[in-house]
Amino acid sequence: MTVASSSSVASISAASGAPLLEVRNIAKNFGVHRVLKNISLEIAAGEFLTLLGESGSGKTTLLRLIAGFEQPTSGEIWMSGARLDTLPPYRRRVNTVFQNYALFPHLNVQENVAYGLEVTRASRSEIPTRVADALRMVKMHSFASARPATLSGGQQQRVALARALVNRPQLLLLDEPLSALDANLRKQMQSELKSLQRELGITFLFVTHDQDEAMALSDRIALLKDGALEQVATPREIYAHPSTAYTAQFIGQTNLLHGQISNGVATWASLHWPTSAPNGPVTFSLRPESIHLTNDTHVAEFSRSASESAVAPTTVHFRATILQQTFSGSSEQLEIKCANHTLRVRIPSTNQLSGEHNFYFSPTSATPVRE
Amino acid sequence: MSTSRSTTRRAPLLATYAILVFAFLYLPIAVLILYSFNRDGVGGFPPHRLTLAWYRQLLADGPIWDSVLNSLFVALGAVAISLTLGLLAALALDRADFPGKSLFRRLVLLPLILPGIITGLSLLMFAVTLNFSRSLVLVFFGHGTALISVATTELFAGLQKLDRAQEEASLDLGATPLQTFWRVTLPSLRLSLVAAGLLVFTLSMDEIAVTFFLIGSNNTLPLEIFARLRRGITPEINAISTLIFAISVILILIWYRIRTRSIGHQTQELLERP
Amino acid sequence: MYSRLYKLVVSLPPLTWVALFLLMPYALMFAHSFWLVRDGFLIHQWNLQNYAKLFQNPVYATVLLRTARIAASVTILSLLLGYPLAYYMSFHAGIRKDLLYQLVIVPLWVSYLVRGYAWKTILGSEGVLNGFLQYLHITHAPVSFFLYSPFAVVLMLTHIYTPFVFLPLYASLEHIPRNLIEASHDLGASPRSTFFRIILPLSLPGLLAGATFAFVLSLGDFLAPLLVGGPSSIMIANIVQSLFGTAYDWPLGAAISVCILLLTVTLLFLTEHLEKKWAFR
Repeated sequence: MTVASSSSVASISAASGAPLLEVRNIAKNFGVHRVLKNISLEIAAGEFLTLLGESGSGKTTLLRLIAGFEQPTSGEIWMSGARLDTLPPYRRRVNTVFQNYALFPHLNVQENVAYGLEVTRASRSEIPTRVADALRMVKMHSFASARPATLSGGQQQRVALARALVNRPQLLLLDEPLSALDANLRKQMQSELKSLQRELGITFLFVTHDQDEAMALSDRIALLKDGALEQVATPREIYAHPSTAYTAQFIGQTNLLHGQISNGVATWASLHWPTSAPNGPVTFSLRPESIHLTNDTHVAEFSRSASESAVAPTTVHFRATILQQTFSGSSEQLEIKCANHTLRVRIPSTNQLSGEHNFYFSPTSATPVRE
Repeated sequence: MSTSRSTTRRAPLLATYAILVFAFLYLPIAVLILYSFNRDGVGGFPPHRLTLAWYRQLLADGPIWDSVLNSLFVALGAVAISLTLGLLAALALDRADFPGKSLFRRLVLLPLILPGIITGLSLLMFAVTLNFSRSLVLVFFGHGTALISVATTELFAGLQKLDRAQEEASLDLGATPLQTFWRVTLPSLRLSLVAAGLLVFTLSMDEIAVTFFLIGSNNTLPLEIFARLRRGITPEINAISTLIFAISVILILIWYRIRTRSIGHQTQELLERP
Repeated sequence: MYSRLYKLVVSLPPLTWVALFLLMPYALMFAHSFWLVRDGFLIHQWNLQNYAKLFQNPVYATVLLRTARIAASVTILSLLLGYPLAYYMSFHAGIRKDLLYQLVIVPLWVSYLVRGYAWKTILGSEGVLNGFLQYLHITHAPVSFFLYSPFAVVLMLTHIYTPFVFLPLYASLEHIPRNLIEASHDLGASPRSTFFRIILPLSLPGLLAGATFAFVLSLGDFLAPLLVGGPSSIMIANIVQSLFGTAYDWPLGAAISVCILLLTVTLLFLTEHLEKKWAFR
């Protein structure tokens, strides 16, 4: 199943009618290299969707296919009920914000922004006002006659945004637009982008490899791995219920527990807890922040054997030795060892710890994932 | 966005035009080579009775080979002068600041674009004023001077590619500037020096305009050929031209390979702006 | 990082050489243009007669105009041949780019004389072209205007200078970031529109450099007229050449040379200024 979380897709689609963009069974090969392997995706109008993945995952290629700079090897792309992939880029109602801005060096800011309007012969009288409005929207109207070479990265970024948006595209593509900016500027631009998108209601398709960025900005995230969609869901959904081990590890941090399930009881490292997942071998994803330190001085209470569990324990307790402790401001990262397994734990910041301690987690925090 | 992976679009009309331009560039030479084997001399169509007779005549032609020796003498001298001074000029342009530096830079590069007749005549006037007569030695100075610009351009590009940190590391480890130059700077310029030398050599062997005004009684190869041309065309000239062409092609291709290895493709093309 | 001694050692020799063998000769040439020749002797008498002669005698103006016309034709033809070639290689040649590039620079550096001679043998009345045309029965008698005419001079010089025009042009085109072209398409401009609005403007510096090169060198060329030109294609450099030869009048020759030198330097300054204005990086 390449389109997971169909419920969320359906809910968004249902809210605004038919999807704006449909990617249908798209595959793209470069020579023998299969960069995209049968991608199907729907993007709803007004949505902020992020294509997330490592380099080489195919996210940029998919973006370029939608923009029109590449042709799919097979499959179709449809937008607003019409075939998109057969159109050349200059006839698509899609605009792109490029990674390195791609501002025209021989034109000033104003001329850059006006470019799309001029080449498509927009009404002459309208152009100056539309350009001015676009520049005001990105707070660059005082730089109208400046040359791109004199602007900083962040400023060029805004001009690139204005240049794309002034054409009122149906879909805006953003190719890692913030990756060249430093951390603080990045955060600032992220929130500006988000509020801009909300305000304008234009559909944004955003590409990044930064999962924090994806989670902060998106209505939905489409995680790509090796040319295939790993999971498509809202940020909260994808974080709380990753479908695969890769997703669990790519977005946020996690511990992967390889255990067994029989008769509704999961077993891992001589710990047991109830679960509704099917029998057989299983991998659980357990987020570090789901494991808690307890002050309970009683000897760790190991859950009873399956046959005895008339009352299912609400927590799983275990004892582990602290191997490493890393302070990171608001929290501590612990590396603990429990019965030959190393786990990562995140707890609120506290004093230096050492030796053996008691930990616990709730069974519902352990999400079964596919490998 | 990586654009290097996008497939290059076909452009049949443009490709045809490109082929025609290449044909224009190469056909005359192809014809010349073809007719060097033609028994009936140059002209007429089509050539028949292919022969090596002209090449044999060429081999026996004393004056031509004398002029080749003269050319070699001048060319090697030009290489020596232009490489030495070109290297120093490149270093000066890269590392030193002094009043009149931009004037100096323009002067050094001027012979590249100035018609050879001007360079040649000005040197002639200079020589005559100092009571030197026209001779091969004068030609030697003329080539050296004119070709400094070529050497400087090449070596300057090579210097740009140099990692300054390497020289700093050398000084840090205790080497004097002279030792650093000898052990670090010069070796990394090795390829550039060879490339520059090859180019200067090839250009000097072919030089006519400057040579025309400075030459005495000993001809260089191009001038010897030129003199004979005034008397009439013979396929022997085709033969020597073919040989010159063949050798030049080899030298140029070697130069190109070396240069691309030493400074990479991008910088290579940037240099082609005079 | 470089001591004063270092900088002195590297700058002094080339500076001295350049001063001695470039600056001084130009200065001398400049001086000569103000002197005279009388009865076959050089008189060091300062005057402006030579320049007056140049402006008053219509012969010089005619020849200069013809030379400028030839140089302009060569430049334009070289651009017409070189630009599409450079464009094709930069944008459509793909993997073969490097090989094609070598194919262009080979004729560039191979002997001027060899190439000129090739045209001489091709264009003559007994030449290959005439023979070819007669063989195909396109013509029945030798066509004489192929050789020893302005046509031949322009043809030969175009052949010589097309690669010269190509090189900086190609460099300029290669330098254009490809994402600018994608951006242009993305914003709605067709390939044709993109060429005129983005590619052409950004290739102007290279175009200008190549054109200047071709024009100036054609202007000062004296060999092509000698090889393939006739009495009607004498160029200004030939006049200079004869003034330093049989028509012994060095001062007059120097005056013309100074004019050519000043013209070259002016053109260089102009193009440098324009390049700076258009250097968008």
